[in-house]
Amino acid sequence: MESAYMSMGTEMEKGENARLSSLIGAMAIADLVKTTLGPKGMDKILQSVDPNDQSISVTNDGATILSKIPLDNAAAKVLVDMSKVQDNEVGDGTTSVAVLCGELLREAEQLLLQQRIHPQTICAGWRLATKEAKAALEICASDDITREDLVKIASTTLSSKLVHAEKKHFAELCVAAVERLKGSGNLDHVQIIKLPGGSMRDSYLEDGFLLEKSIGVGQPKRLENCKILLANTSMDTDKIKIYGSRVQVDSLNKVAEIETAEKLKMKKKVDKILAHGCNVFINRQLIYNYPESLFAQNNVTAIEHADFDGIERLAAVTGGEVVSTFDNPDKVTLGECDLLEEILIGESKILRLGGCKSGAACSIVLRGSSNHLLDEAERSLHDALCILMATLKHPRRIYGGGCTEVAMAHAIDKAAQETPGKQAIAMASFAKALLQLPMIVADNGGYDAAELVTQLRAAHAAGKNNYGLNMTNGTIGSMDELGVMESYRSKLQVLTSAAEAAEMILRVDDIIKSAPRRREEMM
Amino acid sequence: MASMVYDEYGRPFIVLKDQQSKNRVKGVEATKSNILAARSISKLLRTSLGPKGMDKLMVSPDGDVTITNDGATIMTQMEIHHQVAKLMVELSSSQDDEIGDGTTGVVVLAGALLEQAEVLLNKGVHPVRIASGFETAAEVAIKHLEVIADRVEFSRDNLEPLLTTAKTTLSSKILQSHRDEMAQVAVQAVMNVADLDRNDVNFDMIRMEGKTGGSLKDTALVNGLVLDKEFSHPQMPTEITDAKICILTCPLEPPKPKTKHKLQITSVEAYEELYAQEQDYFRAMIQKIKDSGANLVICQWGFDDEANHLLLQQGLPAVRWVGGVEIEHIAIATGARIVARVEELSEDKLGTVGKVKQISLGTNSSRQQDRILVLEDCKNQKAVTVLVRGGNKMIVDEAKRSLHDAMCVVRNLVIDNRVVYGGGSAEVSCSLAVKKFADTVSGVDQYAIRAFGDALDDIPMALAENAGLSPIEEVAAIKSRQVKENNPRVGLGLNHIDLDAKLDLNGKRFDHSTDMKTLGVFETLIGKQQQLQLAAQVVKMILKIDDVISQGNYQ
Repeated sequence: MESAYMSMGTEMEKGENARLSSLIGAMAIADLVKTTLGPKGMDKILQSVDPNDQSISVTNDGATILSKIPLDNAAAKVLVDMSKVQDNEVGDGTTSVAVLCGELLREAEQLLLQQRIHPQTICAGWRLATKEAKAALEICASDDITREDLVKIASTTLSSKLVHAEKKHFAELCVAAVERLKGSGNLDHVQIIKLPGGSMRDSYLEDGFLLEKSIGVGQPKRLENCKILLANTSMDTDKIKIYGSRVQVDSLNKVAEIETAEKLKMKKKVDKILAHGCNVFINRQLIYNYPESLFAQNNVTAIEHADFDGIERLAAVTGGEVVSTFDNPDKVTLGECDLLEEILIGESKILRLGGCKSGAACSIVLRGSSNHLLDEAERSLHDALCILMATLKHPRRIYGGGCTEVAMAHAIDKAAQETPGKQAIAMASFAKALLQLPMIVADNGGYDAAELVTQLRAAHAAGKNNYGLNMTNGTIGSMDELGVMESYRSKLQVLTSAAEAAEMILRVDDIIKSAPRRREEMM
Repeated sequence: MASMVYDEYGRPFIVLKDQQSKNRVKGVEATKSNILAARSISKLLRTSLGPKGMDKLMVSPDGDVTITNDGATIMTQMEIHHQVAKLMVELSSSQDDEIGDGTTGVVVLAGALLEQAEVLLNKGVHPVRIASGFETAAEVAIKHLEVIADRVEFSRDNLEPLLTTAKTTLSSKILQSHRDEMAQVAVQAVMNVADLDRNDVNFDMIRMEGKTGGSLKDTALVNGLVLDKEFSHPQMPTEITDAKICILTCPLEPPKPKTKHKLQITSVEAYEELYAQEQDYFRAMIQKIKDSGANLVICQWGFDDEANHLLLQQGLPAVRWVGGVEIEHIAIATGARIVARVEELSEDKLGTVGKVKQISLGTNSSRQQDRILVLEDCKNQKAVTVLVRGGNKMIVDEAKRSLHDAMCVVRNLVIDNRVVYGGGSAEVSCSLAVKKFADTVSGVDQYAIRAFGDALDDIPMALAENAGLSPIEEVAAIKSRQVKENNPRVGLGLNHIDLDAKLDLNGKRFDHSTDMKTLGVFETLIGKQQQLQLAAQVVKMILKIDDVISQGNYQ
């Protein structure tokens, strides 16, 4: 009947069918990523579908995996979107959020099909459960964060990643990098330079600042007491920008004249730049040979093509100003650093700026045996840096290793017992879904999940509320002693977005799918 | 097909050309097929009605996902091509334009009316008689609504009634769990721009900005404007107090005359002159801005690198690529004049803002959209922005729609503070009144009027159905209580099931009929009246169609 009034090609799923199709989509997504969860999680290989680009990446970052899978299921898209937001907001927990949402919906399916509970009732129960869970999380959290705690938080995040073996080293590195930012909170200022070769252990945080550029030909390779002028200006021929202008000449002589005029103009520009008294000139755009040679003549090191982020970071690190006009040298602040030199890491030449005026930016050099390894290491570091920033912004921490999940489940179960009505069943299902997280983590480690999680529950019931999974030897233990910590903010975000998204998907009873827009074929 | 007609000489001629490629339905058949189409639309929306209504998930042709239970949104995104079904879509959107809320209700009501009309058609009643009967009945119902309407008294100090109304509207949406905060936001926003003396609300002054991230709870009302932009140069100050804004709609770039022209450079002198002129051009432009006393530049277009740096050097923070609508909002809020040419800039054309700051959200600060500009304490105090946050894009979009509905309702209350009670109580009361009136009418119309009354019962029925209750039992209970207690406020109380779960503890069948006044569930009178009127009109229109000729598919 629907086809009678809908446009051609429109599909519609109704009621139970619609609900099931969205539940199945969401669960499939959760199942897809759940094996990557936890310190013993596995990685995925992603290969592009584009026949021209057969590059692969190896990762266990939930957001990366999900954003690269082409999907057709609407509910699955909700999950992917949620995971992306988690990535943008806190940077970590992208897998957990998808898994929790999927598990919630799995529980919902049971309630819907076997117990015939109305979706709205389930939602109502979940809302009560979320409230309880938040309260429980609040109790778990503690406010005082020492540097040691930061290291622990970073290493917990890193423990599920490829860099697991070196997590202490990397955790220290991340914390040091974040400390360098001095609370500016702009992660752009942490630059990660990936250089294949060496081992992961050789990765380090550079004292100064690194720029992946080389110095122009014939210019000094080592400079002390640099005065740096950062610019964003064209150093080719400096075209005249007035619209519609063009050169028309009637003789060869004139061409030559114009050419000299052009050169002269460039020279004037270079002179103006030199008038600033700088001995290093770094431009965002190209520098042509002619101005480059002029700079060389005047003993100024010229570096071209520092990309946009690079220039901004340089500005932050040297305290200089990004300049585009050069008429008022006195108004321009120059950047300063003690030492500029070209160094070799592995086989790549890299510029190193040492002793910068304001060290508000920093560089991390990642070494590793292959590009895939480096890519994954970069993603892992990014996650760890994000989580550290988030923790610094909201300085609260909780225990990891499934400890808070069990604590929240415990609190919800207790509240469910005091709640009359069908909502209580939904609340219990919420608790069950939460317990699935440590279950999966243990499963991925190859341990007896049911045994461990029940032990954990018993421990929490007995009041040992800092107990969690000890993934090194497959037992339970105090997370305080093991030093497994997570950011409160990240966990809260996982909880709320998973609950919101699950509720949203559950409330759907019709799916109306428009016919895909036909792309015009290129003939 | 009988489209052949004979002229006075008995020669046949064709009235309708190319019959084979056209579809034609006539007479009662046409009416019935139209009714069928319209009813299937309303059936689709029926499950979204009320606080326990469900959502619809829609996938657009480009694969974007929308999840909503807002009737108007569902209808417009459904790609309906049936002509009569399109009427229903328009019905919903006109309710949306007029009132902003009740877009689902109006479609469900129209569907119910058509269902009743079909029964009458089968009895052999002429469609026009049905239509006129419905019209009379609608008038009676609308008058009755005025009789049972209540006035809600509120003032700036007593916003409680407004909050309750906003909550009623929000209770059917995904925002339900945060409806207290959301209602507060909606009411505050409207009260900020409302002119209580003139009973007028200017919606242009309320902006909605959605940002994914955070939770719905972080949604906040900003007393001023929020722009999804950042300063044009990373080293510009991120906070300005007592800003004087100049708004430009010309790019800070070399001029591009609209007439086509060519500038010939034939000599070295000309070349140098041109260069000097170009440099001067920038300096003059920036100097003009500086001279006007502005310390914040908002521009609709882009900046040249050199101009950008000059701005920085002169200590003029600037924002580029600000959209046209935003420009207008900023102009209204700050009292600035929009200046199209730098030459025309002068001090009296500047606007003032107490505080401007740039805020970064989330972790990926390299992505531009994660920085926003907040303009607080504008000269025109009334401008407000609602910054909506939420776990994912769909939630944020849905929250925006819901908040808009809630604000519309609050606005309607400010314009006219008469209300009727919700939960289907008004419909039941009208139904009773209409049926009573029907008995006084003789002729076929009596049937049509009574049918209208039956159709009104459908709204509380749908409410009960969606909540998983037994519809007939509940509606009967409401009816008998309304008559017995002579209280038109008895309706179907659904919210309190959530609020106080202990009520149906002892497993007894619980009677959900309640006095809606005690629950504080009400809707605006004009909204309800509009619903009845629009639904009746559309139904009349559909009933009067007796011939549908549509172009067949192209071969």
